[in-house]
Amino acid sequence: MQTVKMVVTGPFSAGKTQFIQSVSEIDVVATERKISSDEERSVKSSTTVAMDFGRITVDEDLVLYLFGTPGQKRFDFMWEILSEGMLGFIVMVDSTRPETFREARSILETFRAYAPTPFVVAANKQDAEDAWELEDVRHALRLDNKIKLLPCVATDKNTVKTVLLELLYSILKEMDAGK
Amino acid sequence: MALRGNLRDITITQLLNLVHLASKTGTLVVDGPSEQAYISFRDGKLAYARVGREDGSLALVLHKANKINANQYRAIADRAGQMTDKELGLLLINAGYVTQEDILLNLQGYFTEVVRRLFSWVEGIFRFENDMLPPQDRISVRLDLENIIIEGSRQLRELEQLQDEIPSLDMSLKFTERPLTNVNLSVDEWKVVKFVDPKNTLRQIANTNRLSEIEIRRIVYGLLQAGLVEMYRPVSAPVQQSPKQFPTQNKEEQKSLINKLIGRIRSL
Repeated sequence: MQTVKMVVTGPFSAGKTQFIQSVSEIDVVATERKISSDEERSVKSSTTVAMDFGRITVDEDLVLYLFGTPGQKRFDFMWEILSEGMLGFIVMVDSTRPETFREARSILETFRAYAPTPFVVAANKQDAEDAWELEDVRHALRLDNKIKLLPCVATDKNTVKTVLLELLYSILKEMDAGK
Repeated sequence: MALRGNLRDITITQLLNLVHLASKTGTLVVDGPSEQAYISFRDGKLAYARVGREDGSLALVLHKANKINANQYRAIADRAGQMTDKELGLLLINAGYVTQEDILLNLQGYFTEVVRRLFSWVEGIFRFENDMLPPQDRISVRLDLENIIIEGSRQLRELEQLQDEIPSLDMSLKFTERPLTNVNLSVDEWKVVKFVDPKNTLRQIANTNRLSEIEIRRIVYGLLQAGLVEMYRPVSAPVQQSPKQFPTQNKEEQKSLINKLIGRIRSL
């Protein structure tokens, strides 16, 4: 059986778990939690790190795994581990929390440095009243126009599917371009 | 009689016991699978230890224990390279960065950790050099071996049990059909989970993640017990030292794979 991987990343509480849950055929971990500052100082390899893990079976020969990264910066050593061998990644941003935009940008740049794979940015919670407009999110994140910024409501399977499909189209496009 | 042999025949725990009972002074040199270890003793007590490329210096030990930060460590390495550990220790104590107790405790902890690493070495040539003492520029300690020996014995029993449960590292793993709920794994466990694939043998996963035989068995045993994975008949596949994006290198097959994914996502 062949397996391929995609990574869903983004700041804490951006909606990564819900995103994966909307399309995963198995129940997803939902264990990202606020951690006190005392714990912040002592992350060692024995500390458990909760992450999201979802699966989509294509057929008996092919399975797609979706890995959701821990959002806190202090777990960024896990990002590099997860980024190895991924087809592409999705950066989720909470459209209602502009205070997380800078962190989202930082995560995006970090992942781009780890692996030159295609990616898309999903502006989540677009159904909320106080959600920023897409173009405003683009400016706030300083995203080039070539980068796909997609509206998303993580609880809505259709928008989640669209985000995944757009990433796959980007992967195909890069393959056709011979990269 | 020269004390030399192979860890295949005598375990590290047995060697430590011998050193302890005979109150030996000297250095045990072990050529392990990928690195060399030096464990020095004085009158049967642990005095000093280092393994692989680590120099076992005071600066390194304090940096690993977070007593000094990376910048301080670099500064010491750049500017105080000619200083002995004793001189450096005095300097740091006088400057208020550490206490004497800090230094001794951290050195003891570091040396003990080095010895612990050796517990998982099941193969390697060793020799005991009576005339080899700890380097003059390093600080020695005086650590009783009993507790380390007890821990080593415990690990040996665990290794034997794990070898019964997972006799071959040439087996592979695959995920079970059970839903994954409340999964909270350690970093090393996630590293293994990432590589779960019938094409990857346990040995390959261990090599890629630099895990010892006991570590990979322990992790996989835990995953098996939790019902997350199941053993899989070994599949012949090229050695995979690092994961590729695609399970195939053929470009057409890769595109076909992506198109399959697109079709599947659309159908959700």
